[in-house]
Amino acid sequence: MADGNEYVLSMQNITKIYSDGFVANKNIDFSVRKGDIHGLVGENGAGKSTLMKVLFGQEHPETGKIFFKGKEVSISSPLAALRLGIGMVHQHFMLVPSLTVAENMVFGVEPTKFGFFDYKDAARRTREVAEKFGLPVDPDMRVRDLYVGQKQRVEILKMLLRNVEVLILDEPTAVLTPQETQELFVQLVNLKKQGYTIVFISHKLGEIKQICDRLTVLRDGRSIATVDVDSVSEQDISRMMVGRNAINTVVKTPAHPGEVRLSARHLNYFNAFGKQVIRDISFDLRAGKILGVAGIEGNGQREISEMITGMDRVQSGEIRIGGTPIQGKTVRQIREMQLSHISEDRMTYGVAADASIEDNVIADRYYKKGYSRRGFLSRKAIRSETERLIGAFGIKCDGPRAMVKTLSGGNIQKVVAAREFSNAPQVLIANQPTRGIDVGASELIRGKIVALRDEGAAVLLISADITELMELSDSLIVLCGGQIVAYFESLEGVTENELGEYMLGLKTQSKEEIGRCWK
Amino acid sequence: MQSVFGYIFSTDFVVAILRMSTPLILCSMGVLLVRKSGIVCIAFESMMLAASFGGVLGSAYSQNLFVGLLCGVALSVIFAMLFGYFVLVLRANNMLVSLALNTLGSGGTVFMLFAFTGDRGSSTNLHSLQFPDIEIPLLREIPVVGEILSGRNLMTYLALLSVPVVYFLLMKTPLGLRIRAVGENEDAARSLGSSPQRIRFIALLIAGVLAGMAGCYMSMGYVSYFTRDMISGRGFIAIAAQNLGGSMPIPTLIWALVFGASNAIANAFQAINLPPEFLQMFPYAATIIGLLLVGMKINADEKRVTRRSVEKSRAGAAEEGNG
Amino acid sequence: MLEVNRVKKIDAIFFVIRDLLAVGIALVVSFLLIFIVSDDAWEALSLFLFGPLQTVSRVGYIVEKMIPLLFTGVGVSLMFRCKQVNMGSEGAFYLGGVISTAVAVKLALPAGIHPVACMIAAGLVGALVCGTTAVLHTKFHALTIVTSLMLNYICLYFGQYLINNPLWDPSAGFQASYKYAETALLPKIFSRTNIHAGLFIALLAVVFGHFLIEKSTLGYKIRTVGYNPKFAAYAGINVTATIILCQMIGGFLAGLGGAVEQLGMYKRFEYAGLSGHGSDGVMIAVIAGNNPKYVPISALFLAYVSVGAETMARMSDVPSEVVSIVQSIIIMFVVAEKFLAGWKHKVIAGQSIKQMKTSEVK
Repeated sequence: MADGNEYVLSMQNITKIYSDGFVANKNIDFSVRKGDIHGLVGENGAGKSTLMKVLFGQEHPETGKIFFKGKEVSISSPLAALRLGIGMVHQHFMLVPSLTVAENMVFGVEPTKFGFFDYKDAARRTREVAEKFGLPVDPDMRVRDLYVGQKQRVEILKMLLRNVEVLILDEPTAVLTPQETQELFVQLVNLKKQGYTIVFISHKLGEIKQICDRLTVLRDGRSIATVDVDSVSEQDISRMMVGRNAINTVVKTPAHPGEVRLSARHLNYFNAFGKQVIRDISFDLRAGKILGVAGIEGNGQREISEMITGMDRVQSGEIRIGGTPIQGKTVRQIREMQLSHISEDRMTYGVAADASIEDNVIADRYYKKGYSRRGFLSRKAIRSETERLIGAFGIKCDGPRAMVKTLSGGNIQKVVAAREFSNAPQVLIANQPTRGIDVGASELIRGKIVALRDEGAAVLLISADITELMELSDSLIVLCGGQIVAYFESLEGVTENELGEYMLGLKTQSKEEIGRCWK
Repeated sequence: MQSVFGYIFSTDFVVAILRMSTPLILCSMGVLLVRKSGIVCIAFESMMLAASFGGVLGSAYSQNLFVGLLCGVALSVIFAMLFGYFVLVLRANNMLVSLALNTLGSGGTVFMLFAFTGDRGSSTNLHSLQFPDIEIPLLREIPVVGEILSGRNLMTYLALLSVPVVYFLLMKTPLGLRIRAVGENEDAARSLGSSPQRIRFIALLIAGVLAGMAGCYMSMGYVSYFTRDMISGRGFIAIAAQNLGGSMPIPTLIWALVFGASNAIANAFQAINLPPEFLQMFPYAATIIGLLLVGMKINADEKRVTRRSVEKSRAGAAEEGNG
Repeated sequence: MLEVNRVKKIDAIFFVIRDLLAVGIALVVSFLLIFIVSDDAWEALSLFLFGPLQTVSRVGYIVEKMIPLLFTGVGVSLMFRCKQVNMGSEGAFYLGGVISTAVAVKLALPAGIHPVACMIAAGLVGALVCGTTAVLHTKFHALTIVTSLMLNYICLYFGQYLINNPLWDPSAGFQASYKYAETALLPKIFSRTNIHAGLFIALLAVVFGHFLIEKSTLGYKIRTVGYNPKFAAYAGINVTATIILCQMIGGFLAGLGGAVEQLGMYKRFEYAGLSGHGSDGVMIAVIAGNNPKYVPISALFLAYVSVGAETMARMSDVPSEVVSIVQSIIIMFVVAEKFLAGWKHKVIAGQSIKQMKTSEVK
């Protein structure tokens, strides 16, 4: 690195205010040296993604300047950013599922022959760039048939095809297993060796320490510090991120499992295309115990929680809650059996974003005594109950009439939790309960889940966050390809790496070992 | 009754189907393009109506067929662009903007008709032109097929041509790739610096031209004058055709022909003593029955897929148990 | 960060400005059109703007026009609150009128009961019309807007068949039904106008709509399904039943309106086509923000504009279709979310920056 100190990129005094008055970035300065892997860390909502969207031309800042290779530039659109040589891989993949890899790769720069799209040339160029960077993909595969890791590879290649020099990766490891993460890191270091500059957004400190040269910490929309990674410890970083000392972990006493509250036997599920998504799954859920479910997303987790909660039909097999089969029962009937459910997709299922907090809180009980009389809502009672829940869950808002969409992600999830936890649940299906929310809200929700367990609820905890699973679960099952491939009665001595191997399908327990979760 | 069946098996009937289907095919190809780009627009009724008015007015005053077509298409495109501006730029609800535009088309054409002719009902006192029928020299000589395919209206040929054109545009050109990509994941397009808005405007523009041709055919081919609200729901039937055709050009064409045929059948039954109101109702009822049948098929397919899979897995499990 | 209340206040001001501007633009466009087509534009314009207030009978006419619009306005509001873009109130209103004609012509009932029977029959038919669309949508995946528009044509031709055949009065001299039985008619309530007792029923419908949507548990279900049907299903609400029921209620109101209009304003059924009350209902609901309590205001506005246009058409050389143009322009601007949004963003961002600076000084 001859020009190690030369800044390839420098953002100065960036302020971004959204139309609802939310100030996402406040006078941020952010500079990246050529050839570095530069970490951008901060809690959810600290302004990382907004800052990078400004850099990539997707958001337009109120104030501030951007310098690229020493010259001031104005980045009005992603096209302008790409032309300068700045590319971004988003957290949610920007791919078109029904098109092939090659078609996705050349979108916007399609090769043509006599005015028609030249697919052969597109495939050839895809193959070329894939070989050049050692990131193998099949150009003719449809994107919907790819694994997550492969999709990410396509995203990176898409940028490399456009000759970018600076590559922004927004939380690239959030969807990967430990093994896939390590593979990605090897590829990133390779790119760095070839002279590429990488901005790596994350809130996983271990990863930052492992791969980054320098890092910038954001908090509440402000830049707190930019330092060399070697000069700080993980504790230092976390203090800068949160603004206080190390994060508390949830205090958890040993479990006292009681009777079986929910039993699932020989579940199979076929989706609308006739593809089998769940294969012969059986397990028991006991009172006073948290059963964790690990697995790469899309391996049957959603179908399991939808069948249990009545949102989808049980096609074959049987689910019983408290001994009663739920076959043919409606969501409302199942909820009346004291079942609560946190959905993985907060904004689609968990809340009605345009409705008020109180209307969200009463969705499962508006018809019950105390909330309505003779077909009319009891507004006063509803309001005071909502106010109580806002206090109990520390929801930051303008009161019970505030629209849910005006809240932050963490507070929205608290609204979901306030509804689902306040109904004295006997069974709790918690699917990704803390995904994408700030540390404070995560801690509160995890604490409440443990508290519910201690009060005797049976909890099924589905999560993509292995750390969370290891911390909260009393027992754990691992899903792969719609099957249970491993069961751990206790988590003592189990490592994240070992779980990763089961999740990827590299290892499988014997039938007898798996059978322990229901026999 | 005998005469009805005689009619249905005659070349006249096939010719009538083509005549009735022409506006539906053209318009449904436009609907399809717009739908593929990821927006639901139901303002086609107003686009066609504006075009049928513009065509009559333009051709009457210029006494030039091409100028008439140009005027009609231009008006239709203006409506398409208004839809695009309000929905894509000003983020207005697509359904409500469509409804408003349909009201605007209905009221606006009558208003302008009155302003130009002093008549609020029809343009019969204007000397507007008609698209010619085209005789195809060699084809004409073939019995039956020649009778059907030769001597049809210019717009009928253009309508049949529009199907492969739209197919190739969608599947074989960069623009088509972009339209499909934007329709499926607009963020993907945006993240690569392509403006979904621009691509959708282009789709709307082409759709405006197609709907404009359909509208011109109504007043300059199907009949030779403009009357108020003369499109009478064809813009919506075209949407139903696209809907039932699953946004694929060939199935959409087939459904447009089916709906055209239901029009033609209604005419055939005029021979027997069915009340005229029921004949008028027929095309609309056919549309609803079409939607119902396809819905039932979707339901049945879903059930069959899951039932068959579940049975297969049971059989598999039993075998495993035996083994 | 700017306080939420301050943002809300700016929001509210922008809503008002936007709506006023929408009306303003629509009126300016209509003025322009009047100036283009009219020989005496000033006269036409003054008839359009002030004509409705010039005689008692015209003022009465405004109220008469308003009555049916209240029914369809509230009905559409209910369906739109559930995000069901059902245009069937047009057909429901028309067929409701036809069915009430049948009851008013064919049945002999005592005075108090006869109009009620007409109205209930009409309401049920309306519910059937809009409910059919709802069932086709929820059970057979059919596009609501397309099926409801197709059904409108079916209602029209079926209604015409009934009027032209079993209900046809050969002595009328044109396509019209027999005269309604005296017992079925709604009484007039103001002399020198045609304002009839249907006004009270219409106001009752508004109150009913308001309480249903804002206070009842069914209204809660309708609103929640409208906000987010997937959330509603997840929380245990029967989404399909709610969608069907709310459209049946909307259709009932539209059908009821059709009966009230016939029995209050006419002696026999003489519509030659669809009356446009259903699509006016859409306009009214949109301007009222799908809020039944604001429906009277927007219905009044629309009634005023159309009486103005009719007066103008009768007494000058400008056709009354200018109303459709005014209507459509208003709708488009009222529903345009980003209309003036750039300006609003600047105001809010400017205030935020100012506040950031002052708080830093402190």
